[in-house]
Amino acid sequence: MAPQQRKPHVCRNPDLIRGVGKYSRSKMYHKRGLWAIKAKNGGAFPKHEKKAVAAAPTEKPPKFYPADDVKKPLVNKRKARPTKLRASITPGTVLIILAGRFKGKRVVFLKQLTSGLLLVTGPFKINGVPLRRVNQSYVIATSTKVDISGVNVEKFDDKYFGKKVEKKKKKGEGEFFEAEKEEKSLLPQEKKDDQKSVDAALIQSIEAIPDLKSYLGARFSLKAGMKPHELVF
Amino acid sequence: MPFKRYVEIGRIALVNYGKDYGKLVVIVDVIDQNRALVDAPDMVRGQMNFKRLTLTDIKIDIKRVPNKKTLIAALEAADVKNKWESSSWGRKLIVQKKRASLNDFDRFKIMLAKIKKAGVVRQELAKLKKETTA
Repeated sequence: MAPQQRKPHVCRNPDLIRGVGKYSRSKMYHKRGLWAIKAKNGGAFPKHEKKAVAAAPTEKPPKFYPADDVKKPLVNKRKARPTKLRASITPGTVLIILAGRFKGKRVVFLKQLTSGLLLVTGPFKINGVPLRRVNQSYVIATSTKVDISGVNVEKFDDKYFGKKVEKKKKKGEGEFFEAEKEEKSLLPQEKKDDQKSVDAALIQSIEAIPDLKSYLGARFSLKAGMKPHELVF
Repeated sequence: MPFKRYVEIGRIALVNYGKDYGKLVVIVDVIDQNRALVDAPDMVRGQMNFKRLTLTDIKIDIKRVPNKKTLIAALEAADVKNKWESSSWGRKLIVQKKRASLNDFDRFKIMLAKIKKAGVVRQELAKLKKETTA
């Protein structure tokens, strides 16, 4: 038996109701074995010497007392956390996007980023949705899950999706309007390769399930007689 | 024209309102003009207004207020579950329940199956039409 393993100790004095324990002071004295500790120490409770307090350096009185009291802000112990993820959304869940350019598209959920947004991919070859961030509120989670174990999403974070900061160019008066329109940002090859690598493993697991590929390629829409509050997704 | 389904001891009824909605229960006694004592294998025996019950065709052979064991034995002997699930009413309820529990993916697969079936039917029809005109 390993010496480190200890069963967690059950409370010696269980509550009958809040504030009232089962055992009285005298019973608890006996239970805690304080009589045995005293006996070991020859009739009195063992005392430890007080630790010597280092003499604090003598403080000089302050030179300046402010006239008005300054209010201190209240203490705030809140921590910034990503939005709480709904229990129905787990890696590999098929989501239905409800707003934006890809509304109605069924899409695979990869992971939640530190900003709280959901990282999602079409896959691109199936329905044209690239690696993208989506807010949890604009999404319906279906109960269909895809196996996502072959996909590596470690490298994606919010910075990957941030807007690229351009260097400020000198404004020439005549060239002002022409120069602005010319540059269209092309998608860097690196992002295209990322998309391909993520989708490769995903598409394999999608093709394992019959009809799932065409399901992801189709858009969701409400038809006649469908009541959203009664539908099971 | 005359009534065929009577309130009697042993009549199986479907609960159509309330906490036990959708359950099949046996009328085990009649309390007064409006209420019956009702029992089922998975519920505590209790009273129910007749308005909450819809009578079915099935009737089992029991004495007034049997104990739970006797009741369950009588239900098994009469094979109520299978009779109900093979009746058209029972089958309809099963289909309704299945449809209500369909997943979004299931609905998609059903749509594909419907289209396929319609295509096959249309092909056959076209074939038959050709034969009759030829």
